Amino acid sequence: MSTQTIERAAERVAQATPSGLSRRIAGLSDGAIAWLFVSPTIVLLLAINIFPLLWTIYLSFTNYRANQPGRAIRWIGTRNYERLLGSEDIWGYMQATAHFVCWTMALQVLLGLGLALLINRNFKGASFWTTVILIPMMLSPAVVGTFWTYLYQPQTGIFSYIVNLFADVGPLNMIGSVELAPWAIVIADTWMWTPYIMLLCLAGLRSIPDYLYEAAEVDRANTWQKFWYITLPRVLPFLMLAVLFRGIENFKMFDMVVELTSGGPGSTTELASINLKREAFEKWRTGYSSAFAIILFVTVFGLGNIYVKALNRVKS
Amino acid sequence: MRVLKTCAVAAVLTAGVVNGAYAQEKEITLCWAAWDPANALVELSKDFTAESGIKMNFEFVPWTNFADRMLNELNSGGKLCDLMIGDSQWIGGGAVYGHYVKLNEFFDKEGISMDDFLPATVNAYSTWPKGTPNYYALPAMGDALGWVYRKDWFARPEIQAAFKEKYGRDLEVPKNWDELMETAEFFQGREIDGKKVYGAAIYTERGSEGITMGVTAALYAWGFKYENTPGKYDMDGAVNSPAAVEALEAYKKFYECCTPPGHSDAYMVANLDAYKSGQVAMQMNWFAFFPGIAKDEAVGGDVSGFFANPRETVEGSTLGGQGISVVAYSDKQEEALQYIKWFAQPEVQAKWWKLGGYSCHKAVAGAPDFPTSTPFAGEFLKAMGSVKDFWQEPTYAELLLAMQKRVHDYVVADKGTAQEALDKLIEDWTITFEDDGKI
Repeated sequence: MSTQTIERAAERVAQATPSGLSRRIAGLSDGAIAWLFVSPTIVLLLAINIFPLLWTIYLSFTNYRANQPGRAIRWIGTRNYERLLGSEDIWGYMQATAHFVCWTMALQVLLGLGLALLINRNFKGASFWTTVILIPMMLSPAVVGTFWTYLYQPQTGIFSYIVNLFADVGPLNMIGSVELAPWAIVIADTWMWTPYIMLLCLAGLRSIPDYLYEAAEVDRANTWQKFWYITLPRVLPFLMLAVLFRGIENFKMFDMVVELTSGGPGSTTELASINLKREAFEKWRTGYSSAFAIILFVTVFGLGNIYVKALNRVKS
Repeated sequence: MRVLKTCAVAAVLTAGVVNGAYAQEKEITLCWAAWDPANALVELSKDFTAESGIKMNFEFVPWTNFADRMLNELNSGGKLCDLMIGDSQWIGGGAVYGHYVKLNEFFDKEGISMDDFLPATVNAYSTWPKGTPNYYALPAMGDALGWVYRKDWFARPEIQAAFKEKYGRDLEVPKNWDELMETAEFFQGREIDGKKVYGAAIYTERGSEGITMGVTAALYAWGFKYENTPGKYDMDGAVNSPAAVEALEAYKKFYECCTPPGHSDAYMVANLDAYKSGQVAMQMNWFAFFPGIAKDEAVGGDVSGFFANPRETVEGSTLGGQGISVVAYSDKQEEALQYIKWFAQPEVQAKWWKLGGYSCHKAVAGAPDFPTSTPFAGEFLKAMGSVKDFWQEPTYAELLLAMQKRVHDYVVADKGTAQEALDKLIEDWTITFEDDGKI
């Protein structure tokens, strides 16, 4: 758009502005007008994000229970934090969460990138298969959790049947076994969200100009060298962004796992967010669960910041 | 003509508004769990609507979300429910936090006497503090945990012979938990009609209350107590007594030896499915489901038999069931109380039992022909004679979740010992009672 066109458009907007309003705005400085425009957003941000965060921090130092509104709120200092950090159970939930996040990320990156490389070859029917592969991520996590419970059913589930085709292990109790249940939730999440990683990787692959590969051909680079020196560096920022999004989401994972295992057997798959929900809305220990929420927030925020710095370094 | 048309439209609109307002005044909502007895109550309540002109709406929530959904509703002072058929353990919170209307004055005014109801149900479903004449509900649905077995399999000569050869006694309804486990063990992995079957479906659910209800069936049969001195919250030596440890170990052994593969997160519906599909010889479940089983095409009639929870050292059954309360936040308390008055009548209670609900009224449950009225009525009375309930404290949800975790960790996830599980449970419960100012 040329400068003249912009000026003409500005003139038209000025003419269309009611005279009363234009007089009022005319008296304001540029800074004041800027504040005028951003203030609704700031008010919303304060009301929806900042105030609840500050309120949660306050509650985390109290004995408040949301189901007992008449009860006096007592300041108990850092007692909630001491209980949390000294609890073996909490560390168990954090370990279960770390296991889930690390393994889902590793598998989804490998499979997602592999699928993206495959789809990027533009074979006949590539569009059809792309659509088919994307279906799992379009489903609701609760639905995915529910139908994987059927797939994992030891006697009639297809998962146990397939495993028994290769190894005669009998009915495979994926959800009820302490050893297998953590992998059961990793497999279900990987099935659901690998397409998302694939999609972002595919965007990265499609953005690589052909001339880079042509130049590599001229230099007699082999397939591995082309992947290592051209494809991977170009896709890496996309891949890291996908990992950031999925990592944060999986740290907060709740619905799919609740449907699949309810956190069991015992507390084997009780992720931090599941325990947080139980503390906050089933036990109604609002002060205690606020402290837990703050610890989780600081953890995700801290790890996220470190990761974003690494991402920026990769980009630059 | 135009004026006439305008008047006609105005008249129609006015009539609509008046009608709407009238209908709005004359309807109440009853909240309960979504299960067989709820359907019976819908049927029963049609008589109330016919008599009073008050339309009944129902809000039924599946059991797994029932407590979560309804306690949130009560805690937030919601007006969705005018009447609540809440679980027996909610009575403490309902009374202390002011969710339920106290009914003493209303009962006195309307001549409703709690002496007309089975004492165990009045104590469990209506009173707070326990054992005092402060009523917050009318006993609505008596229930306890019981067992169902494949009577037809038990009667087969070849199965009886195999059982006698193995255990040196006749195959019959188990009289204690040792016999119960032996029977389940006998059926585990046995081939019947060309199909592999399993011993029993027991409660193992993790998310809501399932495994606690199952484990307490064993604990109560071993004489379990929550406190050494009632009301003192002195749990050490009671909750983790040698008998309690033995009972918990027995439940774990039962889970490991005699349940179908993958039965690690099962509650009411999962047990019903396992039983109705011919997968198990026995199932643990609430008496509330027994009318449905007795009428079932596949396992009804003479196919199934019923028995109360067997004793080990004492008679003891886990209490189910609920009372009906008026929600304090309701704007239609008058109509809700009218429903309770109607529901308390002996003839309505008789119809309630006939339709599949478990009446707690002595005129029904105390009638001479009651024990023989259905194949399970006698066992129901036997179970109700020795019921014991979980904590009914205002903090019951917190106490329940702690037990869910500790016993599931031990029984299903095989973590630690029974002694450790019960010791840790006391630690959790102590924190809860300390926070609540009870100790």
